Amino acid sequence: MAITISANDPALAVAPRPPRLTSPQVWGIVMLAPYLLVFLAFVVYPVGYGLWLARHPASYVALYNDPIFARAAINTLIFLVIGINVKMVIALFLSGFFVQQRSWIRWLSVIFILPWAVPSIPTILSVRFMLNPEWGVINQLIFQFTGDDGPNWLNDPAVALSMAIGVHIWKSLPFWTLILMTGRLAISHDLFEAADVDGATWWQKFRYITWPSMQTLYVTCTLLSMIWTLGDFNSVYLLTGGGPADLTHVLSTLGIRYLRLDQLSLAMASIVCALPLVLPLVYFMMKRLSR
Amino acid sequence: MKLPVVGELTWRDVSTEARLLLIGIPVFIWTMVPIYHMFLFAISPKEDAFSGKLWPDHPTLHNFSIVFHQQHYFLRDFWLQFGNSVLIAAAVGALTLVIATCAAFAISRLRVPGSRMVMNLALFTYFIPAAFLAVPMYRTMGKYGLLNTHWSLILAMVTIAAPYAIWVLKQASDKLPVELDEAAIMDGASPLQIFRLVYLPLMMPSLVAIGTYAVLLAWNEYLYAFLLLSNDKDITLPVALGNFLAADDSPWELLMTTGFIYALPPAAVYYAFKRYMVGGLTAGAVKS
Repeated sequence: MAITISANDPALAVAPRPPRLTSPQVWGIVMLAPYLLVFLAFVVYPVGYGLWLARHPASYVALYNDPIFARAAINTLIFLVIGINVKMVIALFLSGFFVQQRSWIRWLSVIFILPWAVPSIPTILSVRFMLNPEWGVINQLIFQFTGDDGPNWLNDPAVALSMAIGVHIWKSLPFWTLILMTGRLAISHDLFEAADVDGATWWQKFRYITWPSMQTLYVTCTLLSMIWTLGDFNSVYLLTGGGPADLTHVLSTLGIRYLRLDQLSLAMASIVCALPLVLPLVYFMMKRLSR
Repeated sequence: MKLPVVGELTWRDVSTEARLLLIGIPVFIWTMVPIYHMFLFAISPKEDAFSGKLWPDHPTLHNFSIVFHQQHYFLRDFWLQFGNSVLIAAAVGALTLVIATCAAFAISRLRVPGSRMVMNLALFTYFIPAAFLAVPMYRTMGKYGLLNTHWSLILAMVTIAAPYAIWVLKQASDKLPVELDEAAIMDGASPLQIFRLVYLPLMMPSLVAIGTYAVLLAWNEYLYAFLLLSNDKDITLPVALGNFLAADDSPWELLMTTGFIYALPPAAVYYAFKRYMVGGLTAGAVKS
């Protein structure tokens, strides 16, 4: 992990001659101590211990030979590449919708935030019941209108994974829309008025005004969302449980599955395998935010 | 410049409005369907719940009374589990606030040597997906002998909540003018007095936001709660909800009712503190 320390930091300018801490600094160390303790006990030790457990090459051979792991890795990539991009494009589009000045749109935005405001467990279970092949409301309606039995939604791995992605999007779309809205509202209104005078089309305004001032924010959001989505356990676990036949696992649920099967070194190894993907993203985000 | 004719203007207004509605209506339906479905189950008697109707013939609050009186096998510890959730969320909120406020004050105002590194370490933790930390955390809690105690979940959630809390509070306190501290020092104030009399009152809005954030995070947490707690008397509400799935004949209408009750407090808190959340959190969440 690289930590860049700027030379003109006043705290470090005095560092070459360390003796005699001043009273504020003693207080500072005392006040930092609780967090440092938590950090050492619940981050450093577990991570170090976990890495130590994952040190055997045999675990990686076992992972490589486990078809469920390969499937989970592919599922994770699908989840990230397709799920996140679809979500962010919709969020970008909806952020343009929600900045419109209408009272009904303001009311809608209050309702729209609900999925983010309520806990995910009951709503995911609600979706799970809707998709139940026999008693779920969706198949009931299909039966009422067509007389045919609806599909067994969660029994097809591709459909089940899409549904999990859908649940993830449902849950986190409001948050990203809100963030992108603040980006849009920060753009000076004069630019749009000038563009209107010049007779710019909707697309030209987006292409030459909105997008250039929002692209940094958009990319940051996409990367941050990718990191968080890697840890999205609930959407998959509570909707499909990894099934059918363990075909819809993602890396976060797979680690827990190995843990439940008491294969701790495999669980850690599967997480270590994700690090080459996670660490560059984390490094990039830290550079962004620690300025 | 060509002045628009009145008739043309209204026609264009109508078409813009129609296009906005064309987006707004699907957004509304998409947002409400899972929540409405949950609500529908909660007010439906058992026979109606599975009939696929969009409104029950005889809406009832009977399910709520069953839940509140714990009249079902799955619900026999409902109030205890509700209490566990409240207790843990409150403890996480309080502990996170204390730890993060002290750390942010030390980093931002007292400028302790090495504080920049602490900030970076905290940020690093913030970005590690919580599900990845869960596996080693589970083992560590076992080693500390905390497994199946409330402390394990409280400490784990504080670990997860603190980094973001510190970061937001540090950003907020960097904005307070240094002159305030200097003036207080001139008057002979000790660091502790500055903290208590100058810093805390000025940081109140951010503290409310961060406290809310930590409380909601803990209340909503499923994965850690389900790993670290297993005894029926110790678990929190979300774990109890997940346990409904263990049986094939689980009573959906009661599960959805319990879920609805469980979802109400965080939604209420969110809307009540939305002002703070928007100001304190979303602006700081992704600064480009």
